[in-house]
Amino acid sequence: MSIPFVAIEARPAPVSTEGLVPWMRRNLFGNPTSTVITLIMLALALLWLPKLLNWAVVHAVVAANADQCQAARGTGACWGVVAEKYRLIIFGRYPFEQQWRPLVATLLLGGLLVASCVRHFWRPQLALAWVVVLALFFALMRGGLLGLAPVETDRWGGLPLTMLLATLSIVGAFPLAVLVALGRRSKMPAIKTVCVLYVELIRGVPLVSVLFMASFMFPLFMPPGTSIDVLVRVLVGITLFAAAYMAEIVRGGLQAIPKGQQEAADTLGLTYWQAQRKIILPQALALVVPGIMNNFIAIFKDTSLVTIVSLYELTGSMSLALNSDSNWRPFKIEAYLFIAAIYFAFCFSMSRYSLWIEKQLSRSKNR
Amino acid sequence: MTEPIITFDKVNKWYGNSFHVLRDIDLSVAKGERIVICGPSGSGKSTLIRCINRLEEHQQGRLVVDGVELTDDVKAIEAIRRQVGMVFQQFNLFPHLTVLENLTLAPMWVGKVPKAEAEERAMAQLKRVRIAEQAGKYPLQLSGGQQQRVAIARALCLTPKIMLFDEPTSALDPEMIKEVLDVMIELANQGITMLCVTHEMGFAKAVADRVIFMDQGQIIEQNNPHDFFDHPQSERTKDFLSKILGH
Repeated sequence: MSIPFVAIEARPAPVSTEGLVPWMRRNLFGNPTSTVITLIMLALALLWLPKLLNWAVVHAVVAANADQCQAARGTGACWGVVAEKYRLIIFGRYPFEQQWRPLVATLLLGGLLVASCVRHFWRPQLALAWVVVLALFFALMRGGLLGLAPVETDRWGGLPLTMLLATLSIVGAFPLAVLVALGRRSKMPAIKTVCVLYVELIRGVPLVSVLFMASFMFPLFMPPGTSIDVLVRVLVGITLFAAAYMAEIVRGGLQAIPKGQQEAADTLGLTYWQAQRKIILPQALALVVPGIMNNFIAIFKDTSLVTIVSLYELTGSMSLALNSDSNWRPFKIEAYLFIAAIYFAFCFSMSRYSLWIEKQLSRSKNR
Repeated sequence: MTEPIITFDKVNKWYGNSFHVLRDIDLSVAKGERIVICGPSGSGKSTLIRCINRLEEHQQGRLVVDGVELTDDVKAIEAIRRQVGMVFQQFNLFPHLTVLENLTLAPMWVGKVPKAEAEERAMAQLKRVRIAEQAGKYPLQLSGGQQQRVAIARALCLTPKIMLFDEPTSALDPEMIKEVLDVMIELANQGITMLCVTHEMGFAKAVADRVIFMDQGQIIEQNNPHDFFDHPQSERTKDFLSKILGH
């Protein structure tokens, strides 16, 4: 005997699972513990948020007026310090009336960095754009040609310096890191030893001491009369430092690639470099994008350490701007929040970009 | 008999100082010959064929492939690798490249073939292994049998004189073994020199000119498939055959 088929009409779910209220019920009030935690957090927020808003907005002084700021001390933020000092903070000790030059240079460099992130521009001409923009950057900053007054590198500062240091050390450190990572896995003992020594030595000391050596010790060994610009020495220091860490990240990726990939490349007759470039590195680097971006972000923020060798990048020039003016010195917190916002904007963009890259790379893994 | 295309002359190899994996191997392979190598695991059969394209180095004896002796000379190794295709147990396709890109990579970079021509050749090879419709997919989107057929096509794109198969069906689900073996049988019938490490005795009977049995790094016995399976000489071979044919 066969059972007759009776179609069942589709019915809506008895309890809605979509929308805000079900989401809150599931995630905030799912069980007694989470309900209690939610309520505590809510109470803390209600306790603190008004105070924060009062300080940051309601009682804040926006005008660049030191007397008003003094009067509001303790009750309201003094954003006037930013209004008053922003040019000193952003451009450092660069001659005031010439500050259009670092502004243009920074915009050019920023535009180049953004363009480099867009797939549409990934073509050979991009390399040319890098050369041109960097040349323009240095020409504008340094001057001494086309009627621009010369400005020595020790007067460069603020955001342009931060961006220049971060960009050049990242661009220099990344290929170096790849080479060192490959070298550490080399079958040739000499190359392997050099790479291991390099990584272990650099990792074994703090960045501050690398910068000190680059800035003060290195010139002692130079023949008298010759000197390398402090900016270049510091750049080399940061690059070498960053590359040692990044090399280990890249090596982690290389080790995750099955041996069979190299064997298949060998079997097909690819040379060592062809195999690395076409087969091994694309896969290895794709695996370590989060780690590499972590490192890029760290480099960006580590540039703030160059202050100790008297280069005043964003953090340094902020301190300089406020310390030199007793009227505004008390309002460092607000100034710190200002540069923190700038750092955050850069770092957050980098981290979002890395997520986009990961998404692009995961395509081939989708079954 | 014509000039052999592969000659092993008293070849020895050790892993480390103590594991003697190949012991006094003497073997010559004629052009167009189809050889199946079998034996228990650890007997050195994979190592033997991996020496032919220098994925493994031998330490003693002479190994000549297509008129070139294998030494540390990188140029000689590259020359030999252009003549020798290899298919692995684990496929070893490049997962970040599409099937078509897997096939065109070596012709374009090693053979300096223009892209359009490389793609044309690649499609011809994909048709040969009956998988042309998957050209745009990534390897991990294919089944194991399909991946292995792509791997065979990839090796064939360089028009090798010799094909090495290292347990090509061992990692496959049973229902996919046949589709790979069919491709290999077709290939065997087209006159390419083939050395195949496998336990597919049906395949050995169907296409092999010679079956070699290895154990403990030595070639114990070799014969045409008919005599090898029906009249094995050594006790060790009889024992092995009874184990793999016994059920």
